[in-house]
Amino acid sequence: MTDATALLKDEADRLFAGKRLLAFAVPAAILAYLACVFVAFDIPGLYDRARMDNARALAADSYSYKTHVARDNRTGELTIAIEGERKGTYPPGTAPDWVSLGNDTVIDLGGGHVVTYAGEAVRYDVPGFGPILAAPGARGVETNLSGNLPGWISLSKNRLAVATEAGRLTVTRNRTEVFRYFTGWELFFFTLDSPYHGAALSEILAGVRLDPARPNIVGAAQDFWSNPMWRHGEVAWAIFETVLMAFLGTMGAALIALPLAFLAARNFAPLRALRFGMRRVFDFLRGVDGLIWTIVLSRAFGPGPMTGALAILLTDTGSFGKMFSEALENVDAKQIEGVQSTGARPVQRYRFGVIPQITPVLLSQVLYYLESNTRSATIIGAITGGGIGLLLTQAMITQKDWEEVSYYIVLIVLMVMLMDWLSGWLRRRLIRGDAGGH
Amino acid sequence: MAEPLVGPHGGSPDIRDHYMVLTRRKRMYGGLALAIFAALMASGFVLAEDRNAGGFRDGIANVFDFPAQVVGEAWEKADLLPGHLLHFFPALVETVNIAAVSTLVGALCALVLSLLSTRGLARFPRLIPAFRRGMDIMRAIPEIVIALVLIFVLGGGPVPAMIAIAVHTAGALGKLFSEVNENASLKPVEGLESVGATWIQRMWLGVIPQVAPNYLSYALLRFEINIRASAILGFVGAGGIGYELKNAMSWGQGKFDEAAAIFLLLFGAIVAFDQISGHLRNRLTTGGRA
Repeated sequence: MTDATALLKDEADRLFAGKRLLAFAVPAAILAYLACVFVAFDIPGLYDRARMDNARALAADSYSYKTHVARDNRTGELTIAIEGERKGTYPPGTAPDWVSLGNDTVIDLGGGHVVTYAGEAVRYDVPGFGPILAAPGARGVETNLSGNLPGWISLSKNRLAVATEAGRLTVTRNRTEVFRYFTGWELFFFTLDSPYHGAALSEILAGVRLDPARPNIVGAAQDFWSNPMWRHGEVAWAIFETVLMAFLGTMGAALIALPLAFLAARNFAPLRALRFGMRRVFDFLRGVDGLIWTIVLSRAFGPGPMTGALAILLTDTGSFGKMFSEALENVDAKQIEGVQSTGARPVQRYRFGVIPQITPVLLSQVLYYLESNTRSATIIGAITGGGIGLLLTQAMITQKDWEEVSYYIVLIVLMVMLMDWLSGWLRRRLIRGDAGGH
Repeated sequence: MAEPLVGPHGGSPDIRDHYMVLTRRKRMYGGLALAIFAALMASGFVLAEDRNAGGFRDGIANVFDFPAQVVGEAWEKADLLPGHLLHFFPALVETVNIAAVSTLVGALCALVLSLLSTRGLARFPRLIPAFRRGMDIMRAIPEIVIALVLIFVLGGGPVPAMIAIAVHTAGALGKLFSEVNENASLKPVEGLESVGATWIQRMWLGVIPQVAPNYLSYALLRFEINIRASAILGFVGAGGIGYELKNAMSWGQGKFDEAAAIFLLLFGAIVAFDQISGHLRNRLTTGGRA
């Protein structure tokens, strides 16, 4: 009795020691691995490589915009443009209310900061510092500044730059430019050439016709849809294309995989060799992976939603084939026999004996993939060129339209969450409400 | 029982008619749904065809051109293939490393997030909805979005890809983990609480041992998915085998032997890791250990 207890105790001790070792060994192994990767990925060098100025530009640009007031010192021409873009340029002779045109151009930057262009001469009144006078001349930029300058003024022979919290002023021989920063996304609804720019919502809904040719609501919708800066119409199409890719790919894969899965399921396959072959086909389709399919297909079909849909279709035929055939192997033979005993033909046996059993599994997997493929379609679009993924990469490559990038990111997240919600809703409706599958 | 519900001629005509009407209506709805679905699919394909650069009918003839080119070129330079495989192997290791680290980091975050967002276990029950929405958003952002933004800030390399995949993994696994947590028995937790254990101790000693096998199984599945994701992110500039593939492809003809080697490596790695993780997951779920 005591011997047996001692043995048992020994065993328990060994077990405990083993578990204790495991409890320390696993975290230690993970830590060691992470340490290796820390070196392999050169994380200490990351700090040097990181471009914090890029991060700041990105962050600032994604929620604010600037308006340029620029004077060409050779021609004397003044242009006022939002983000300096042609599409955001004010027509000559017009200006936002903080710029007053005339003999002298007076730019009110707010908070007491005022810049005045009088011909070529520039005067910037900085509260608490005094006026800065500058004049571009043949020998560079002449100013009233001398001695030790604060950090927010940078002066060289040919260039004066002043950056305050209200805005920026740059003077060179050829060009004088003021930036004023505003929070928000510029011209998000209407561009300057639209009659609805600056109109209040109540004016558009209930006011007099702003554009005599069109009713206000129609005109506003048209101008919003074709906004040349934000291109809402094109963006909506791109989102639709991405969802279309996911839908066609997922549903097409399910339709193709279902009959093939019968050939690969142990209890339905007519031939063992065929079953083996079918399984390898599924493995191959899955193993090659969406990336390679995308590359191969885009060579044949060019960029666009069809390429993306086919790439998803091919990969998911493999995944669905494997999952469906596993579901088929788990069906209950009794139902099939029951249907058979009523004299049903083979097709009817499958329709009423098998399909109802696997529908819930099938549907829930297909719907889950639909949501996940919306994300894949974004990525495939970025690689081949199509849908919202393409717009996103294009906006990123220019490296200045970060407000558009953040707009697209918000839309993508909303799109995926909507698809997630939709697939969950359909799953609940179809599977609980119609468990029989008839 | 005493009063038969079904008459000698197969039920009262009333009930039978009603049943037939119901069945017919159900069939009609089913048929209608099927017709709508078929119409959606057909019009969708037509639309996708319209908006594609190259048509399906022209393209389908050329589908095998590129693979044939790649295989042909690889065949011609078959003697170079082992060298290429060896040359690109470190890139493959990097891709797998990105996937492994991001799975690890993501799973650890998911563990904490899932415990914080499970009813009955959460440290701050009021914040459960906040954590859940947070995970929803992490899950909804495609990896490529975070990766591209981080590549702009941090420069190309494995770190942006790793962070991007880890964020998505944390969201995706967090949801699955919290579903597992809901089924965990609360008795050990209550027992630990009664002896004055802190929240971390309760979770670590009371919950984790119950759910660890399921966690591990999900994390392995994620690892498979993340290898693919990390290869794709390489293609947009995040290092690893995807980056090499992009370079080999942009060289165009004459370098397709390198592309072939990369295809082989990637395919081999995906299949191998699928097999290994499938095997491990089988052991975990069908009781390899008690």
